[in-house]
Amino acid sequence: MNAVTDVRAAPPRRRSIARRKATDLVVKVLSWIGAWFGIAVMAFIVYEVVRRGAGALNWAFFTQPTPQDVTSTAGGFANAIVGTLVITGVAALIAIPMGFLGGVYLAEFGRNGRVATAVRMIANVVMGVPSIIVGVFAFATIVRPVQHYSGLAGSVALAFIMLPVMARTTEDILNLVPNEIRESGLAMGAPRWKVTLGVVCRAARGGLITGATLAIVRVAGETAPLLFTVLSSPYWMTGLFGPGGFFGGPVANLTKTIYDFSGSPYPQWQELAWGGALVIIIAVLGMNILVRLLFQRGKQW
Amino acid sequence: MVGITVDGPSQMQSQATVVPPRLEVAEDRRGAGEDFAALPTEIAVRDLDFFYGKEQALFANTIDIKRNRVTAVIGPSGCGKSTHIRAYNRIFNLYRDQKAKGEILFDGSNVLSSQTDLLDLRRRIGMIFQKPSPFPMTVFDNVAYGLRQHYRLSRSDLSNRVEDALKRSAIWDEVKHKLNEPGNALSGGQQQRLCIARAIAAEPDVLLMDEPCSAIDPVGTAKIEELILALKSKYTIVLVTHNMQQAARVSDYTAFFFQGRIVEFGPTTKIFSNPAEKQTEEYITGRFG
Repeated sequence: MNAVTDVRAAPPRRRSIARRKATDLVVKVLSWIGAWFGIAVMAFIVYEVVRRGAGALNWAFFTQPTPQDVTSTAGGFANAIVGTLVITGVAALIAIPMGFLGGVYLAEFGRNGRVATAVRMIANVVMGVPSIIVGVFAFATIVRPVQHYSGLAGSVALAFIMLPVMARTTEDILNLVPNEIRESGLAMGAPRWKVTLGVVCRAARGGLITGATLAIVRVAGETAPLLFTVLSSPYWMTGLFGPGGFFGGPVANLTKTIYDFSGSPYPQWQELAWGGALVIIIAVLGMNILVRLLFQRGKQW
Repeated sequence: MVGITVDGPSQMQSQATVVPPRLEVAEDRRGAGEDFAALPTEIAVRDLDFFYGKEQALFANTIDIKRNRVTAVIGPSGCGKSTHIRAYNRIFNLYRDQKAKGEILFDGSNVLSSQTDLLDLRRRIGMIFQKPSPFPMTVFDNVAYGLRQHYRLSRSDLSNRVEDALKRSAIWDEVKHKLNEPGNALSGGQQQRLCIARAIAAEPDVLLMDEPCSAIDPVGTAKIEELILALKSKYTIVLVTHNMQQAARVSDYTAFFFQGRIVEFGPTTKIFSNPAEKQTEEYITGRFG
């Protein structure tokens, strides 16, 4: 080392400014390409689905059940749409309250305790489990014992996927609420649960609604867990019990029907499948946009 | 001596020995023209120690908070002013690693005892925070929050009391047409007076104010200071402030904190004109802190 004895004697050698600017430009361009590549893929998917599916979206699509034979020109996806709404809705009814309460526990009561740390880790792991494995799990625990597929089994599988998403989102959102809000609530002499539900969750309500909606969106397009649990059906769901009912047998649903119809050799069925795909994309996109609008208005702490 | 540098624990030890015992200073307190010892004591703090985890933040704090007086707590940042008053209503219990030892006697019993009913304690000892923190609800519901929590009231009684609390907080005229609008739509100074209304609506005995004006503009600050002087007749007020002019303007007694200890406590006029301790003098004359 050639030691500089007196650092004050000479100013330090400057780095090359041109080089710094070049590096800056390279990083800027690379990130620009990365961003636009993602957007372009997304745009291409939407464009292609709209181009091929828009023609299928007519009155019959939303009112008629899936066609029974290839010769008929009538038929739609109404039974599959209803089935998906019911299956996802029941999953949401199971997972959102439980996930919400779990998230409240993690953020407000468990915090950094041993139980909360374990629950948080398990939730993170479950979020990473491939959804087909959740399907197999639901098959083994619900479908096998009763010896038949059912809408309920599908809802449970979807709920299992939603639960950790909802819990972790709730926790993250509640952690954004500043502690002064908690302290002011407690300083009024209100008990902890009242402050948590009436003040903290209220302050975070926009984010909580967003979290719940995103959890629903997360599972709305799932196919793998339904393969093992709901299968699908060419008929309307006929009430709750019996072979055509929610608890009693396979239930028509969008994703599995898209899968079946897209693989069929008949062009009019393939077009229906594109229509189904378009409906899912519109629903998911629509819900995302909706909650973003809601969130902006609800964010007021 | 220009400024003081107190870093090592050895110096802190020696400081403890300079702090005169409480009873000796009592002689000087009469300088304000009233007999301190004869005034009723609302809160008597005895040997209060406070810990953040293993780190001790308060050392043997002993002080008498007198009824219907404003007691100001001053001192440099990090000296333990806020920590001290946050022990009075046990709000620190929200955090697991924070612990207080010693006695805070209020209405005949030790606040720090495990027997204390925290909900009733906090009704009787209200608190105003540094950052105005209206709840995410309407102006009316904000003020009604404590009332609904602690009392059974008819609808008309409730709204009368809300109105009264807003009037006593000098904010009624500004919000009487906005009762159903969200509390956080008000200006910062209005939000803070709303929080004061929320606290006094629950009929407390004591108001703890933790730097209530530090996030408020000068006009809002002036209004809150007037309010503090008006509320004194009904409540005992403990005011933490880093604004010494504010302490001088509104308080009757002042405690000077330094490094977790109460260096000096006495009538505000005396603390600001003729402090007994060198550290106090250096702080109030702006030579450190």
